[in-house]
Amino acid sequence: MKALRKQIDKIKPHFEKGGKFQIFRSLFDAVEVLIFVPDRVTSRGSHIRDGIDMKRVMITVWIALIPAVLFGIYNIGLQYYQSINVEAGLWQMVWFGFLKFLPLLLVSYIVGLGVEIIFAQIRGHEVNEGYFVTGLLIPLIVPVDVPLWQLAIAVVFAVILGKEVFGGTGMNILNPALVARAFLFFSYPKWMSGDLVWIANLVKGEGVADTFSGATPLAHAALYEVDNMPSVMEMFVGTIPGSVGETSTIAILLGAAILIYTGVGSWKIIVSVFAGGLGMGLLLNAFAVNPYMEIPAWQHLVMGGFAFGAVFMATDPVSGTQTETGKWIYGLLIGILAILIRVLNPAFPEGMMLAILFMNVFAPLIDYYIVQANIRRRLKRAKSN
Amino acid sequence: MSKPIKIRKGLNIRMKGKADKVLIPEDRPGRFAVKPIDFPGVFPKMCVKPGDEVKAGTTLFFDKNNEKVKYTAPVSGEVLEIVRGERRRILEVLIETRGDDYISFGKADPEKLDVTAIKNKLLESGLWPAVRQRPYHVVANPDDTPKSIFISGFDSAPLAADLDFIIDHMPEEHYLTGIKILRKLTEGNVYLSLSTENTSNVLKNTPGVQIKYFSGPHPSGNVGIQIHHIDPVNKGDVVWYVNLQDIVSIGRLFNEGKYAPDKIVALVGSEVEKARYYRTRTGASISTMVKGNILTIRGKSSNSVRYISGDVLTGQMIQPDGYLGYYDSTVTVIPEGNYYEFFGWITPGLKKFSLSRTFLTWLMPGKKYRLDTNLHGGERAFVITGEYEKVLPMDIYPMQLLKSILVEDIDKMEQLGIYEVAEEDFALCEFICPSKIEIQSIIRKGLDLMAREMS
Repeated sequence: MKALRKQIDKIKPHFEKGGKFQIFRSLFDAVEVLIFVPDRVTSRGSHIRDGIDMKRVMITVWIALIPAVLFGIYNIGLQYYQSINVEAGLWQMVWFGFLKFLPLLLVSYIVGLGVEIIFAQIRGHEVNEGYFVTGLLIPLIVPVDVPLWQLAIAVVFAVILGKEVFGGTGMNILNPALVARAFLFFSYPKWMSGDLVWIANLVKGEGVADTFSGATPLAHAALYEVDNMPSVMEMFVGTIPGSVGETSTIAILLGAAILIYTGVGSWKIIVSVFAGGLGMGLLLNAFAVNPYMEIPAWQHLVMGGFAFGAVFMATDPVSGTQTETGKWIYGLLIGILAILIRVLNPAFPEGMMLAILFMNVFAPLIDYYIVQANIRRRLKRAKSN
Repeated sequence: MSKPIKIRKGLNIRMKGKADKVLIPEDRPGRFAVKPIDFPGVFPKMCVKPGDEVKAGTTLFFDKNNEKVKYTAPVSGEVLEIVRGERRRILEVLIETRGDDYISFGKADPEKLDVTAIKNKLLESGLWPAVRQRPYHVVANPDDTPKSIFISGFDSAPLAADLDFIIDHMPEEHYLTGIKILRKLTEGNVYLSLSTENTSNVLKNTPGVQIKYFSGPHPSGNVGIQIHHIDPVNKGDVVWYVNLQDIVSIGRLFNEGKYAPDKIVALVGSEVEKARYYRTRTGASISTMVKGNILTIRGKSSNSVRYISGDVLTGQMIQPDGYLGYYDSTVTVIPEGNYYEFFGWITPGLKKFSLSRTFLTWLMPGKKYRLDTNLHGGERAFVITGEYEKVLPMDIYPMQLLKSILVEDIDKMEQLGIYEVAEEDFALCEFICPSKIEIQSIIRKGLDLMAREMS
């Protein structure tokens, strides 16, 4: 550790302004502060500071995502071997899933961090930690068979137009991971919807069992084939086709527990998204005219990307509402819109992504009214004196 | 006892090094200083030069923006040096003490004086700056009449001096005279805020004031928080407040006719060997207090500790032979944090204190910490939301207010409550900020901007 520190101090001058490798300054900085928390001390204001920093916040989200990642990897293998009707052991499935997931993860991080580092270098800032989480979220919300070049383009688009043009982490209006997904969804719909993309190698169709369909529960429901849907238990556990990390509600809830317990994710948003979804589901039940509308409201919460969106996407503090009261409204509306889009608009089998992006845009408006109410309260108090 | 006002938001930072209730009766270092930087917005015009003889109460400088407000020597002796910083800004006026001579301002019975006479006496003696005001958290303008006057009877900041202990060791007659003076300065109420844990009978039985009880974590002891909950400052309102110990000095001025700003100061912090109380005076050098009283860790030199006049959240960094600030009753000594930490953001963090539960230390609710000055991260943009609100017990949106200051939107600042706040109320927000933003500086910038705009 001390030897490493010495080594870093020795090569550091080369990376500073005027050094041989100053073009890699941001990269060097990023690696250095990753290994060693800097020795910087407080100079103004409070002399002591809370132990938490952005890296700690991000690693906590990362840890919360691990159950979903692990289950996603297992499920890739499971779905594949089911599709070709071959019996496989647990480790065989995990290994297959790992080999499928790794390229997605590598493309996401290498491309995304590359863009981040270039921007940090141009701006003369430190590299922000924001992409640390975004980079893991993106491979979890795409189909396993998405072509890597498409993913790379989506990542570049999301980081530049979803975030950096606004000024970087903290300034963006939309959730960057969802921008990447939306980009893929509208640019390459063939690879983002339908019945074939959710299971590895199904597009190629080699050795697929005759009767096998790769349709997701949402696709079945949209065609009113409610009988073909997997059981609620399967949807809850997650042994169903879908985007890599979204299928297992139980893994996602584990993550939610970590986020809420550590205080990193807003429990208000998580709870209100679920409440909104449940409420909308009940409303649809009451006016049901087709089998999709008749699906019990609570089942919606375990289908598709609803839970994943509620726990890991809607809780993004930057693109969500910033006032505490606003968070309730924001979450409720996401839940309501997601189910509304899902059930009533056949063009979009999954409503969660659009609901969150839509509410990202409206979050500042919600905050505006909440803050305005505070201002009015203050004025009223002044007048009553 | 009336029903206490419950403060639910806030945070008690559990630190090592609280002062024992032991009073060292006499601490008279050889040097004193008056520091213009203790008074934001004051533009000092010097009346003395190095080599001049001064008495306790001799005017050292006055405020160019408000020439009535004078700043005087706390002791008699010789002006040693006028220390200047960047752009010749005056930082300290140093005095070498000699003798115990003072200017007599004359004894007076407050009941027989009118408001103008009282104000003049305070202004001439150098005690006026003890009276501060909201809006802007600056020395009060003597031409105003405040709608009410506030006194906080407890300090909830980490390791802060116990005001019960202090007031019980101060002459009660001066305290009572001081309260009478304050009552004459306003037509409204004088409020004394006490914690439900206050024990001093002197405080509890203070005559002529409205006593309000508070319970809950820091910053419940901040006068700004108390004003917000009792008699909030609206646009156009002026509220004054005075520190408890300064009331005793004010009383003494009228009872004895001299400026003798005696103070009891708590020397605290994890690096102090014997944390105790010292009877000294405003502007005293801390050198005699800390000499031989600082723990050395593995023979490390003294630059590995930080000396702070005030508490760890709002105090000023000073040298080991630096001087006590005008408004401070605490001197804190904590370790510097100038070290690298190997993968510090991922370790369990058994020595780290955090409002969040991202470190394992939340499993140890009674643990006391030896906190240092490390930033624990790099500065970032505002990212996390809803955290500042947890430690600011005011009906104010902190992040929105901060952003309005950053873009210098005067109207928004006014609408969002700039008149009610001071940087000290936002100190906890700064402490917990995961983006390491210098929030207190931003608030001060906003207050200065607003004060200029409205003058």
